[in-house]
Amino acid sequence: MIKTNHALRAEMREGVLYVALEGEIDHHSAVATRGEIDRLIYEKRPRRLELELSRIGFMDSSGLGLVMGRYALMRDLGGEITVLNPSPAILRIFKLAGMDRLIPFEVRREASEAEKKTEEGSDRT
Amino acid sequence: MRKKREIKNELRWQMPSLSVNEGLARAMVAAFCAQANPTATEIADIKCAVSEAVTNCTVHAYRDAVGEIRITARLLGDADGGTSVEVEIKDKGCGIPDVACARQPLYTTDAEGERSGMGFTVMESFTDRMRVRSRVGKGTTVVLTKKLNGRQMDY
Repeated sequence: MIKTNHALRAEMREGVLYVALEGEIDHHSAVATRGEIDRLIYEKRPRRLELELSRIGFMDSSGLGLVMGRYALMRDLGGEITVLNPSPAILRIFKLAGMDRLIPFEVRREASEAEKKTEEGSDRT
Repeated sequence: MRKKREIKNELRWQMPSLSVNEGLARAMVAAFCAQANPTATEIADIKCAVSEAVTNCTVHAYRDAVGEIRITARLLGDADGGTSVEVEIKDKGCGIPDVACARQPLYTTDAEGERSGMGFTVMESFTDRMRVRSRVGKGTTVVLTKKLNGRQMDY
């Protein structure tokens, strides 16, 4: 586990940087989250960034900017990005912008189960 | 001229255009709507739309300054006996020169700020009606209306 200053968990394994976001993504929270993720990308230089969204209870279009910006950064550094476990509501916003055709989305049961085990009972959504 | 609908309840407040208030505004509207017994999806949709409108005030209307945002939320009785929520978000900021252009998907004036340009599109998609009135130098008013069909039918 990598230490971060923000409400996110990060792990680096075999060239893959896994970042699990928590809480709500809006314009207010996106600024700090963006800075933290970019710091990790420049430090760890992963070939793939995995953004875990299973514990995001709310996201507006600021989340599109956040994901799009990280997609562009990873592409510029010769890497790629995958978005994991977005809720149906969140996926709907990505689809509005047509981003589901640009960025791979994956549903991984194991990831969300592991999340539940570590943070049992604290799910407010 | 549309027939005036019955106002069942109303909540008005004002707040400075601080980004921290984006979350507060959508939470207040969600709490206000709760008395109409909406579905989780209806609440999620209106929260997202309100968040977009308030974000526009903090990011665009007042840009590098802090101004006042006035919000009025109303529960309206519909002709069919149902309830709609109407949320008016009003600023006295810079205004929008071309509203039709601003409403286009992916249009943004703030490219370096990683804005997606999807704010108005999200508002329009997640509500039943969106009205935008704007005058350059005077400010912008966005009115969002959404029918709350509620959970009664689920039982």
